[in-house]
Amino acid sequence: MSVRTILWRLLGVLPTLLITWTFVFGAMRLVPGDPVLLMLQGTPISDEAMEAARAKLGTDRPIVVQYVSFLANAARGDFGDSFRSRQKVTSLIAAEFPFTLQLACGGFVIGLLLGATLGVIAGVWPNGWIDTLCMTAALAGLSLPSFWIGMMLIQVFATWLGWVPVLGTGFDALILPSISLGLFLAGGLARLTRNTIIEVMGQDYIRTARAKGLTAWKVVAKHAMRNAVIPPLTLLGIQFALLIGGAVVTETVFARPGIGRLLVQAVLEKDFPVVQGVVVLTTAAYVLINVAIDITYGIIDPRVQE
Amino acid sequence: MTASGILRRPWLLSRLLGAPGALAGAVVIAVILGLAVLAPYLAPYDWNANSQCRRLAPMSAEHWFGCDLFGRDIFSRVIYGARFSLAMGLTTVVISLAFGALLGIVVAYGGGRIDRIGARVIDAMLCFPPIILAILIVAVLGVGLVNAALAVGISGIPRFARITRAATLSLAARDFVEAARAVGAGHARIVLRHLLPNLAPILIVIATLDLGGAVLFTATLSFLGLGAQPPTPEWGAMLNAGREYVRYAPWTMIFPGLALFLTVMAVNLVGDRLSLILDPRQRDRS
Repeated sequence: MSVRTILWRLLGVLPTLLITWTFVFGAMRLVPGDPVLLMLQGTPISDEAMEAARAKLGTDRPIVVQYVSFLANAARGDFGDSFRSRQKVTSLIAAEFPFTLQLACGGFVIGLLLGATLGVIAGVWPNGWIDTLCMTAALAGLSLPSFWIGMMLIQVFATWLGWVPVLGTGFDALILPSISLGLFLAGGLARLTRNTIIEVMGQDYIRTARAKGLTAWKVVAKHAMRNAVIPPLTLLGIQFALLIGGAVVTETVFARPGIGRLLVQAVLEKDFPVVQGVVVLTTAAYVLINVAIDITYGIIDPRVQE
Repeated sequence: MTASGILRRPWLLSRLLGAPGALAGAVVIAVILGLAVLAPYLAPYDWNANSQCRRLAPMSAEHWFGCDLFGRDIFSRVIYGARFSLAMGLTTVVISLAFGALLGIVVAYGGGRIDRIGARVIDAMLCFPPIILAILIVAVLGVGLVNAALAVGISGIPRFARITRAATLSLAARDFVEAARAVGAGHARIVLRHLLPNLAPILIVIATLDLGGAVLFTATLSFLGLGAQPPTPEWGAMLNAGREYVRYAPWTMIFPGLALFLTVMAVNLVGDRLSLILDPRQRDRS
């Protein structure tokens, strides 16, 4: 993949970001009520002070000016101050981000281990009872309300057995949230891995590998796995969306700090600058991650050159 | 094969229910539907009457699933909750399907610049993680059961639009569309009589596959406090209310969650089987 192609891909991100940010701007304008009143959250105020606040927020300017300054600020990562804490939205998000990253990594590792294992087992012995068992388990993973399984894990492993703390931000407190989030990811990954393995196992080079006398295990580990890795890798991009979604729920269940809980709290408290900031940044991250995967994909698999 | 095609071919129904998993799923769905319809007759207590029993009383012969913080019978509330789960799921899927399919067809059939811009917008909208998009919409509309259903429905539109667009593009290039145009069929006729019937199977498959997720998604919003509000006996909202007392009264969470899980699992089992039958690519694969 040439540098030119990579640059071109990166440039292609701009219109996408523009559309999503325009949508966020439009949505925020549709919120009923005066932003200044929302910002004050019930504190009484004089008319002059009200005018001053409007000028400070910029809501007295024409909508086009507001739009352009929103885009300019978003591009610089400036979303103003939280209505609640009066802190900068960016620093609020920066403070919460590491916790979400920890959780996402933990959940991803568990999801990958569980999902890939189930998928490979089902794919190597397709259409039998093993396959049915693995795929029913995967479907159950997709059907489990992650907030519910999270609470049940707390009940069993923290309250009854006392193996891990209920709350906290240490490593041991990360185990249950990671499992809860991982289960959520494992189902989809298992199904995809199974289908890819079945497809790969039908290829000529697998037959050749078998014919030259390799053991079944070696065929799977050395030949099938290597080629079956690519589709799940692309799914990584989609996984990010699931991870963020899962994080919103998991953080609430486990009362962990993080971006997800910040967002839910902000919506409940009508803290719109925070809502706006979190949404704009997660979309930007999602877009950039997908481009990065696209580029990596082109480097790993020379057939994808376009 | 169209929706009416399924009804006209009874063998399809027998194939659909031929797998034990799908059959079990269908039975569970039938039970949930029965509970939803007959709730007033089946529920032993009023879903909203306080002090039916001691607060957070455990499971007993009188109160099978125990009681919640306000002394309400959880069994009765779980039965009434069945009314929300499938209804909410169906509403959201219908919203996503109707608007998504419309958008996809218009964009693809419009072709040229409409298609280029439309495809770009659809792709951009897909960059919102669905739950983030739904939460943003709830933030705008305000919290509540109906708004949560709307938000989940809207957040699914880009997904349906993209699939419909791709399918329409490949259909529109086929000979029968060209032939219809040649004999003088108008745009409306081509879309309604020629494109839509051929899109139906794939739309049915995605809609069914989406239904389980939609039920789960709306319950999730309620759990986060953004959907159904107390005292509505919606399962997600019940789980949210039970959260604080789970240590002392785990039954406040076990049963609504189990009901939700069983419903979603049942819908997914049937959806999976249906997609296997209707989608030829899947069929070859298995």
